[in-house]
Amino acid sequence: MSIRVLFFASLADITGIRETTVDAAMFSDIRSIFSKFAAEHPDLEARRPTIMVALNSEFARLESKVQDGDEVAFFPPVSGG
Amino acid sequence: MRSRSSLLSAEARMFLLVSEPIEITTLRNSLVHPEDGAIAIFEGIVRNQSHGKRVRYLEYSAYELMAQRKLEEIGKQARERFAIRQIGIIHRLGHLQIGECSVAIVVTSAHRAAAFEACQFAIDAIKQAVPIWKKEVYEDGEIWVEGER
Repeated sequence: MSIRVLFFASLADITGIRETTVDAAMFSDIRSIFSKFAAEHPDLEARRPTIMVALNSEFARLESKVQDGDEVAFFPPVSGG
Repeated sequence: MRSRSSLLSAEARMFLLVSEPIEITTLRNSLVHPEDGAIAIFEGIVRNQSHGKRVRYLEYSAYELMAQRKLEEIGKQARERFAIRQIGIIHRLGHLQIGECSVAIVVTSAHRAAAFEACQFAIDAIKQAVPIWKKEVYEDGEIWVEGER
């Protein structure tokens, strides 16, 4: 019963985490997962207004519901090209 | 990250994330067809300065699974919106030197206007919605570039 959580670019630097898992039973939506990591990393909380979220490789919202087996990604505004 | 694999479908070979120099001519030749009257090619390349600072090199990273899907989506949207025949997009990841190509877009069409428009659409979409990030490395530090939100 787990959810994969990914951080990219500056958010990976801030948290020191690229990939981890959380207990699916503890979290109902992406916001609750974000809040867990934001509480541990104040610099991540500061990034909340601009953060982008994906659920199973599709853009999602903090309100999006999560379940066992999901992959949630947090990342800053993209800068490819 | 992958490239030049003959195991990939034709579609997958047209939308790639690669770690080695982008082979634009290979992409171009794989897309062009006798029905085409135009090919528009866009290359994004690494600039030697940013906001007045001298850039030594760039490091690109991506959420690869999602970036691959987004590139394919952009290609599909471009074919729906513009009168083009084919589109291919390759984005480079990893360490890039000044002047190297970071992204290549090739569009083929019967007439030039649609090819130009689709090229512009694709690069704008990449800059907005494909999870790829660049880190600029200077003489005295480095910074993750972040787009508009």
